[in-house]
Amino acid sequence: MSGVRILIGTRKGGFVLTADGKRKRWEVSGPHFAGWEIYHMKGSPADPSRLYASQTSGWFGQVIQRSSDGGKTWEPPGGPLEKGPEGFPKGESNKFVYDTSPGTGQPLTTHQWYDGTQHPWEFKRVWHLEPSLTDPDTLYAGVEDAALFQSVDGGKTWQELAGLRGHGSGPQWAPGAGGMCLHTILLDPGNPKRMFIAISSAGAFRTDDAGNTWKPINRGLHSQYIPDPTAEVGHCVHRIAMHGSHPNVLFMQKHWDVLRSDDAGDSWHEVSGNLPTDFGFVIDVHAHEPETVYVVPIKSDSEHYPPDGKLRVYRSRTGGNQWEPLTKGLPQRDCYVNVLRDAMAVDTLDPCGVYFGTTGGQVYGSADAGDSWAPIVRDLPAVLSVEVQTLP
Amino acid sequence: MIRVLLPAHLKTLAQVNGEVELEVHGPVTQRSVLDALEGRYRVLRGTIRDHVTLGRRPLVRFFACSEDWSHEPPDTPLPPAIATGQEPLLILGAIAGG
Repeated sequence: MSGVRILIGTRKGGFVLTADGKRKRWEVSGPHFAGWEIYHMKGSPADPSRLYASQTSGWFGQVIQRSSDGGKTWEPPGGPLEKGPEGFPKGESNKFVYDTSPGTGQPLTTHQWYDGTQHPWEFKRVWHLEPSLTDPDTLYAGVEDAALFQSVDGGKTWQELAGLRGHGSGPQWAPGAGGMCLHTILLDPGNPKRMFIAISSAGAFRTDDAGNTWKPINRGLHSQYIPDPTAEVGHCVHRIAMHGSHPNVLFMQKHWDVLRSDDAGDSWHEVSGNLPTDFGFVIDVHAHEPETVYVVPIKSDSEHYPPDGKLRVYRSRTGGNQWEPLTKGLPQRDCYVNVLRDAMAVDTLDPCGVYFGTTGGQVYGSADAGDSWAPIVRDLPAVLSVEVQTLP
Repeated sequence: MIRVLLPAHLKTLAQVNGEVELEVHGPVTQRSVLDALEGRYRVLRGTIRDHVTLGRRPLVRFFACSEDWSHEPPDTPLPPAIATGQEPLLILGAIAGG
């Protein structure tokens, strides 16, 4: 019987949850990297045993970890399994240096700071790791301050895809409250040269030439909190989602507004419809129904918890506009947690499983596409990210 | 031998227990000790000092002989007790946050 592995990143470590295809009984392993912030963990679609994790700390910086056995053991790439002459780990996988070379790194100098002045790019952490769809050793990293890096050697070394910051709008990018982070990376399964990314607070961008050049794809976004509400860049995009079979259809949860694009981001229109609030962070798409979309409405930009103290996932089976609350098994009183942007994922079993984690440390799962929910774990540290692997 | 005591998280990362003993050639300074440490445990590069500037990370501290050496220039010779291995150089995370 097939199974499911959930990779949970939290404020104080990583956790791996596993179950068989019934998704009733779960085994919990962790904390891995105890005490460190695990911003994101993700498995390779090309090799389910190959996992990557972003391990970060305000004290000790960034470390990339890699597992080749489905999360049982971990190592910094180039680490313990490749000893130096003295037999000690020689991994150096935590080096993210912005491209400042004359050929490709100019004019990548500054971005807009909170006070309106220009501020140099400073690497802080990796928010999101996106393994290649076809090669376990190739992966992308979205980082703060916003930039995109690529590794083609399993995470040992990293090179910036500088064309993104070199687009020319970089001086207008500004940090949101959570920092200026590149948090979303979507790979087009039908076109290996096409990729989508999103940055808070710059917006969404697309490349059609494998990352060499990029274009902002924010037409149709309307943001009252920036001087020109329809500007080409400056929007606080919280998350983008795509169904692999319809890669030209994108769904976006923005700071406010839920939007949809039918032309690979060239234009967007709002599909918030009857949501109780269209602020939120996560958005995801059903594994088998490209027009079924999930969001978790959050009250407002200053009140990061569900409206009325009721934790509700909203599902649209019509690609937006018409939304239904999913409440069975979720707390419907006195609930004031948040669900962060990388903290929802779906499996590919039938029926589709849907999972999300909260800042209160709960991870909820649904084995029936959202009709009913149950907590898998209740008392983890604040959940930063949730990813799911469907195992053969 | 120079003795260095790492904070718990970096011990785990470098897979060491207890103190680290290092051979340092030339003057014993913060820079030379950290160069030797990172040369032997490359996984620690970037965790104590910035990769590019080699400046101390803001929330890392260096204590030697019960004194805070964090703000001393990196090429200032460390106390003789550190240079002779009588006392360890303490590297630790600053008290910050919860």
